[in-house]
Amino acid sequence: MNQTSNILVVDDEKVIIDGIIKICSLEDYSIDFAMNTSAAIEKLSKNYYSIIVCDIMMPDGDGFQVLDALKSKNIDTALIMMTGYSTVENAVNSLTRGAIDFIPKPFTVDELLSSLYRANKYQQIKKKQNSHSNGKSDIELFYVECPARYYRLGYSSWLFEEKDGSVLVGACDFFLATIDSVAEIEFLNAEEQVMQGISYLTIKTTDGRMHKIHSPVSGTIIEVNENLKSNPALIEKNPYFDGWIYRIIPRDLGYEIENLIPCSSDRLQSNN
Amino acid sequence: MIFQNIGFRLIFAVALTSLVIIGVFAYFNIKSQTGSLISEVERHANQLGETVIASTRFDMMLNQRDRIQETINSIGKQPQIRDVRIINKVGKIIYSSDSKNINKMVDKRAESCYACHSEDRPLEQISITERTRIFKEHPELNRILGIITPIYNENSCWQADCHAHPKNQKVLGVLDVSISLAEVDKTIVTREWEIVIFAIVAIIAVGLLIAFFVRRWVSNPVNDLLNATQQISQGNLNFAIKDLGKDEIGKLSSSFNNMTKKLAEARLQLFQSDKMASLGRLAAGVAHEINNPLTGVLTYSSFLLKRTKNNPELQEDLNIIVRETLRSREIVKSLLDFARQSVPRKSKANLNEIIDKAISVIQNQLSVKKIKIIKQSENNVPPITVDSNQIQQVFINLFVNASDSISESGGTITIETKQISLSPFGVAQVKNSTCPKRHSLMDNEFKIDGLPSLKVKIISGGKEGIIHLDPVYGKHRNLYQPEIKIDNETKFLCAVCNTSLVQQNKNCPKCGAPVLAFEVDGQGIYEVCSSENTNWEKWDFVDSAGLKEYIEIKISDTGCGISKEDIPKIFEPFFTTKGQKGTGLGLAVIWGIIDNHNGTISVESEIDKGTTFTIRLPLSQLK
Repeated sequence: MNQTSNILVVDDEKVIIDGIIKICSLEDYSIDFAMNTSAAIEKLSKNYYSIIVCDIMMPDGDGFQVLDALKSKNIDTALIMMTGYSTVENAVNSLTRGAIDFIPKPFTVDELLSSLYRANKYQQIKKKQNSHSNGKSDIELFYVECPARYYRLGYSSWLFEEKDGSVLVGACDFFLATIDSVAEIEFLNAEEQVMQGISYLTIKTTDGRMHKIHSPVSGTIIEVNENLKSNPALIEKNPYFDGWIYRIIPRDLGYEIENLIPCSSDRLQSNN
Repeated sequence: MIFQNIGFRLIFAVALTSLVIIGVFAYFNIKSQTGSLISEVERHANQLGETVIASTRFDMMLNQRDRIQETINSIGKQPQIRDVRIINKVGKIIYSSDSKNINKMVDKRAESCYACHSEDRPLEQISITERTRIFKEHPELNRILGIITPIYNENSCWQADCHAHPKNQKVLGVLDVSISLAEVDKTIVTREWEIVIFAIVAIIAVGLLIAFFVRRWVSNPVNDLLNATQQISQGNLNFAIKDLGKDEIGKLSSSFNNMTKKLAEARLQLFQSDKMASLGRLAAGVAHEINNPLTGVLTYSSFLLKRTKNNPELQEDLNIIVRETLRSREIVKSLLDFARQSVPRKSKANLNEIIDKAISVIQNQLSVKKIKIIKQSENNVPPITVDSNQIQQVFINLFVNASDSISESGGTITIETKQISLSPFGVAQVKNSTCPKRHSLMDNEFKIDGLPSLKVKIISGGKEGIIHLDPVYGKHRNLYQPEIKIDNETKFLCAVCNTSLVQQNKNCPKCGAPVLAFEVDGQGIYEVCSSENTNWEKWDFVDSAGLKEYIEIKISDTGCGISKEDIPKIFEPFFTTKGQKGTGLGLAVIWGIIDNHNGTISVESEIDKGTTFTIRLPLSQLK
């Protein structure tokens, strides 16, 4: 890990900041912290951070203000939201507004570290991408973007509406690009219920980390991709077609699709 | 004040009516009795007159004046007869029972003579009533009836030797008999009194009888109803009117009871939703507050766990801390799940199996208390999509409650499972309807009970307007235009293209008025009678889809029952009758679970007889 991975932790509770500082000391991150949004925004304007870990609810505002400040400055800093379960909906919303991930409180060391690991990778890819598009004309392919007519939750999972009303869901290639190679996948079972923003798949990578993927939709799982079960590597080879994870009967797609990003909009941006 | 009382008004009305009827009856009765008594006297007097004439005829022929006077005297002595006199053709009294009057002249113009002698009319044959007169000689004396009998000329009179009367004379004189009416008047007064007393007694009797029945059939039931509405308005929704019979008021009271029962149920369900929501907010708040300290514990402990990989002894202890903290995390999560009335993990399951599992969990407890379980389940109950664990929890909680309510001497718990069908009538809703030219008829601006209504343009009697029809099948809360009369000539049109919405060749089976047809997207045709006064509606598509299927589970025990006061509270969180033994959450949780499955739960109970819980779960989810 390089020394430039600079993290800003924003939370109104000292014990959580201290805990995160301790955890980050396990891996080579340098840490700064702010105890409220205004202090965080001030720090943002002075220093560059590759990652921000930010609580949603704070005494003088919320994490969205930090997110907006970040967007207005057009910095490629990766922001991870922290939240209790009660504000999952807020957290999902933050993903559409540009946060790259959220971790539900309370979390374990491993959960935080794997999220930071992905954020770090994400940030590196973005950085490289920017430098490439600024300089050379032949853009090196870092990951495959999700196809048109797909929807995605943040950059982690995708959803495709089938004609029969069910939806296929899977993992985005960008997400897979931020983790080590897949060693093992833990699935939920058919008939189980999933909720938008709650993890529905755990990927164990060869470096021993566990990565959880948030579901893009709430509903009932009616089918699990048996091919993927027997051959976990499929998710990396063909994440958008053969590597789908579940078929789900969505509960309230009309409402939840508001929280998803249409993949066609990505293409417009990258063409520009 | 008293006139505001409906019973009094009814009694007053009936009494007044009977007073008028009996009064009129009494009046005519007295009148006819008086008339018949007087005419009896008249007849009697007339006969007497004829008798006097007949008995004196011979003496008159012989002109034996003393004998005539003698006869008249003896007749005049009878007590009722006041005076008998014979007056000749010039008005002179020639004979009289009262000797003072003899040879006196009678004024022809006097009342008694006027009938015959008006304006020099010749004396002729006249009827008995015209010959009769009733008069008083003095206002304080008794009435007197006088009757005049003419004495006609006849052959023997003018052929007699005395030649007293010429042949051309028709009437020779008159016999005037006066009879005192004292006795008759006395009788009439007595009769009048009798009838008046009878009338008063009859009116009082009718009044009392009516009062009795009005009290029994109207006043008391109406007061009961009034009392009930007051109880309801004070919030006592458990108040039930006692059985008031089978008449309209009885039916009113039973439908009133039914209404309050439904109202109480609706309020309970609403109340529960509200309670659950506030409890949810509380839980969410608590969970959120606990999350932060828990994060501290979890991060530090898992951090230590990573740091002390070389110290197996410490690892072991730290693992426990991490494990228990993770467990707390799950508890908080489930608390929040409860707060969100979280996603039940539903799958197809057999209710009977779930019940069996629930029984096996508490089998020991039941056999210790000598409680017998009787299962009366239909074998072919279809599988139902439920969260098996949650439903099992419902049954376990209910069984535990039942067994707690059963005393040491034992009892039974009966479980009944069956499939039932309930009508979609009053539930199904027209969501989208178009005219034959595909213009939408739904009016989102104008809602009936919160749902977009069906908009129809009407033209009737040169007037044009819009009516709004209830989109819920069977509810019929339609809104018409009061100033536009709807008849069989009225046109019902699409407001956009003026296409008629009246169905050809079909009339309302109830009243014969034209039928409006609304095409519902993919759900057939919804038909409504066009008349304002008929509530006929038909929606074949919904009807043919049939009744909605439910599985009904009844769990009855022979325990101590629940008091009427407690029944409304039992589903409230933290309400318990078990003192320190219970948390008061069991039934609240059950309610939440059943509600989450779109089902309903209700309870009936009688003290010392037992309690029955009825759960209904829909076989398929409502669209």
